[in-house]
Amino acid sequence: MSMIRQDAKAPGHLAVLHPMRLHASALPLAERMFNLWTFTALILALAAFLIAPAFAQDATPDDRSIVAILLEWTPTLAGGFAFNVLISILSMAIGTVLGVILGVLQVSPISPIRSIAWLITQFFRNSPWLVLLFYCILLIPFQIEIGDTTIPFPGWIKATIGLSLPVMAYMSEYMRGAILSIPTGQWESAESLGFSRRQIMVNVILPQTVKRVLPSWMNLYAVLTMATPLVSIIGISDVMTLTRAALSAEGRVDLLIPMYLYILCWFFIYCYPISAATRRFERRFAVNT
Amino acid sequence: MTWTPDQPIVSLKDVHKSFGTVEVLRGVSIDVMKGEVICIIGPSGSGKSTLIRCINALNDIQKGSITVEGLEVNDAKLDKLALRKKVGMVFQQYNLFPHKTALQNVMMAPIKVLRQNRAEVEQRARGLIAKVRLEGKEAAYPGELSGGQQQRVAIARSLAMNPDVMLFDEVTAALDPETVKEVLTTIKDLAAEGMTCILVTHEMGFAREIADCVYFTDRGVIVESGPPATFFDKAQDPRTQQFLSQIL
Repeated sequence: MSMIRQDAKAPGHLAVLHPMRLHASALPLAERMFNLWTFTALILALAAFLIAPAFAQDATPDDRSIVAILLEWTPTLAGGFAFNVLISILSMAIGTVLGVILGVLQVSPISPIRSIAWLITQFFRNSPWLVLLFYCILLIPFQIEIGDTTIPFPGWIKATIGLSLPVMAYMSEYMRGAILSIPTGQWESAESLGFSRRQIMVNVILPQTVKRVLPSWMNLYAVLTMATPLVSIIGISDVMTLTRAALSAEGRVDLLIPMYLYILCWFFIYCYPISAATRRFERRFAVNT
Repeated sequence: MTWTPDQPIVSLKDVHKSFGTVEVLRGVSIDVMKGEVICIIGPSGSGKSTLIRCINALNDIQKGSITVEGLEVNDAKLDKLALRKKVGMVFQQYNLFPHKTALQNVMMAPIKVLRQNRAEVEQRARGLIAKVRLEGKEAAYPGELSGGQQQRVAIARSLAMNPDVMLFDEVTAALDPETVKEVLTTIKDLAAEGMTCILVTHEMGFAREIADCVYFTDRGVIVESGPPATFFDKAQDPRTQQFLSQIL
């Protein structure tokens, strides 16, 4: 690797041997050009462009404007969107806890444990989310009876579990990478102080992985949130299901595009700050490490 | 076998260690008495660091025997915690825990490993930080301290476990010249208090001043050893003479 770097400095070097990298100065500029306000303005302009013909069409029997209809449906849709957010937070919580455990098992000194953890991680990391979702719906019974108590498993809980599986797998990989990136000197100095392996992991290594995993973790959450409309396919009353219901109730063709755009804007407004914050974290920590 | 203070506190007998096919130690024997300070010097790659790491079982050995206060280190059933309570170690790269303050670094092992009372540990830790002359830096994170300061926190952290033997693995090699002295002063204070110290070092002047015995290693064996006055001025072996002429 170092040889390649040195060769690259010589005249007539091969540019392809350089690691691909954005210019450090390019990112802040792009950031300034494509900030939240520019994006919002662009989307509003697009929305106005799409909605405008609707105002011109005075032939429709329903004389309510599209904006009025959207506002009318907003409380219902907001309830659905809140459900998406709830599912995303719960899946993230379950997936994170399981993923941290699985990631720690991936670096276990006991080889069979390491292999099993690796296999589980790879299996769920390379499965389509929708298929996992279907599997959970089919495999988990709608209720479990333990003695006299019956624990119900409504669809949305099954869906939450289904979405938490890929989160777990990605988290497991992030954790493995972060643990392995901690210098071995940390292990050795803790070992020489008498810490057991488990104590080193809990007190020394895991706290140091937080900073390293945080940007990927936030990014994963944004991706997960954007994937939550998948649950509408299995009949859960999320924002997508309710949007379709609203559209069929209104029965207006000109409403299709504005309403879906409206929902897209919600996701954008919820997810964009997360990914923007992620980039800020990444840049800040890149300097430190 | 019970250990008595008239026996060597650390004893290495015919220690052999290989990494794969590379033989790093080829029969090393050293005896260290309680309160002694010994310095191990020699060219890079001669096995100095490996030797010192074997003493607290960070590296295992293939052949021979290492005992610390009568405890056999080369034993599959070794109680590592018992060994590490006796032996403290300081590293070239300090290896402080970056997410903890200086005080927390010193307090962590006694609380988590020895399960001692937090208030007592804190009092002792503050005393140790004062001892390494870092009063006022208790709340600083390692990243806010200079190399020399970090290294002194690392020494305090080891001392918090009340070891009987301290191992120093090239502890000044990564430091700026102006901070080397403060770390050496700390070690000198320790030695003066009667702590048994085993140092791997490149600081010849320091070795001459502090050591009771100097060992010269080359290619995995001890070529020559003796009290510093004899060792530095009347070296017998040509390899020692050559090494000293290059470095002094």
